Amino acid sequence: METKKILLTFNKNAVEKPIVYHLVKDFDLVINIYRASISAEEKGLMVLDITGSSEMIEAGINFILSQKVKIEDAQKSFRWDSKLCTSCGNCLTHCPVNALHISDRKTMKVEFDEKLCIDCMGCIPNCPYEACGSIFEKNW
Amino acid sequence: MKTYEEINEKILSGTAVVLTAAEIIDYVEEKGIEKAAKEVDVVTTATFGPMCSSGCFLNFGHSTPKIRITEAWIDDVLAYSGIAAVDLYMGATQLRHNDPTNLDYPGEFKFGGGHVIEKLIKGDKLQLFALSYGTDEYPLKEIRTQFTIEDLNQAIMVNPRNCYQNYNVGINTSNKTIYTYLGKLKPNMGNLTYSSAGQLSPLLNDPLYQTIGIGSSVWLAGAKGHVYSEGTQHASAVERTANDVPAEGAGTLALTGDMKKMNADYVRGVSFKGYGVSLALGVGIPIPILNEDILQKTTIRDRDIRAQVIDYSLDYPMKTGKVLTTVNYEELKSGSVNILGKNVEAASISSYEKAIIIAEILKSEIQDGKFTLNKPYKQLPPNQSMKSLKTGN
Repeated sequence: METKKILLTFNKNAVEKPIVYHLVKDFDLVINIYRASISAEEKGLMVLDITGSSEMIEAGINFILSQKVKIEDAQKSFRWDSKLCTSCGNCLTHCPVNALHISDRKTMKVEFDEKLCIDCMGCIPNCPYEACGSIFEKNW
Repeated sequence: MKTYEEINEKILSGTAVVLTAAEIIDYVEEKGIEKAAKEVDVVTTATFGPMCSSGCFLNFGHSTPKIRITEAWIDDVLAYSGIAAVDLYMGATQLRHNDPTNLDYPGEFKFGGGHVIEKLIKGDKLQLFALSYGTDEYPLKEIRTQFTIEDLNQAIMVNPRNCYQNYNVGINTSNKTIYTYLGKLKPNMGNLTYSSAGQLSPLLNDPLYQTIGIGSSVWLAGAKGHVYSEGTQHASAVERTANDVPAEGAGTLALTGDMKKMNADYVRGVSFKGYGVSLALGVGIPIPILNEDILQKTTIRDRDIRAQVIDYSLDYPMKTGKVLTTVNYEELKSGSVNILGKNVEAASISSYEKAIIIAEILKSEIQDGKFTLNKPYKQLPPNQSMKSLKTGN
């Protein structure tokens, strides 16, 4: 069993396809959707983990590609810009999983661990410097 | 005992001994106060955080034909123009025209005066839109043009209140989330926010204003500026604890500096959800070690600086004067503080990391002979209290 994080981009005419259903039913994949936004008005985005045997993951990915859905490796949808971050630390109490954290209390430098992020977006409205963002937001 | 002149001579000859306010603690512990006072010439202090009472005067020069500006907007942010024909003041907390504010609560406050100031210092292009009623010698009634900071005659930062000496810690005891200039405070004391560089903070290292006074040189976002006045709300007559550090918000500084010489890394527009916009600023202040007493004051540690914890859901807005408890900066910086029996997650809105960087930059500038000290020509008021605004009849 392995887990792969992927980002799917649907164009407008692909939004009605039940892709997740087929991933579960036809390829026996465990799906964990972090965030999705799919509507007929705009393109759709979905960030998810797929877990299964490597053969099934590959078959599932081929199925997604056959549906004309764009697929990318993604560390979820959250984006952290270290250049904009001032290490004020205001995000820390709004990150439930310590993905944003301070490991050295002497320097008080804020760091981000992508692997821990669950894409809750709790930090985004709590960053005064716009260092936190998401591909689901208009600006990205 | 040293004098300003002696210290400046050493700075100019590249032989000054300079330490940051974080480094000086262990240094004095190791060497002893007497020996250290002889050796050390300057201790650098610094802070980086939102400082609302900030802004800048801009002079645009004259257009052809001339205009005497009576209303003006820079990138749609209102600038005060009741000064002279082409002088404007841009305040940090001014919102962009048509900002929906808290109509859709909590508002996002994406752009304002602080962001205009950041863009100016970055060298970005901005738009000036200005109106006038027209006079015989200033006939133009409307102007819309683009400019950068290089096109201006002067861009001078003038901040009526910076570097608050000790600041309170915000918490929320109510059962609703509140949005403040200390960030989002979760209900039932779900988190707390502080805003100070603690042991690096300028006025906590010179608590009785023995060296920081009117005329003192400061490192203002990379430019060499100075203290031009006591800051607004300067209230030095407060209770003091260990090492004469005030128990509550006390002294403040009014700072000025040339924006053309500033570095945009240390001047950042900020947006606080539900509250508004402001400007975060980096300030470094050198403390000349004139004697042992002054050195002793710079050895203040986080654990000896106590801040008041205030309930922003009730006691702050209603000005009840109630203090929930006090905590020290060592506890605050650990990330978790016990408040009335509950472990509360602590975060800050100022940046200690940037404060260290600024204290180090200022230290190197002084060591390299690029930054000398001014002797203040007037002390900050040592025993002054703060008035309240009376309402009603």
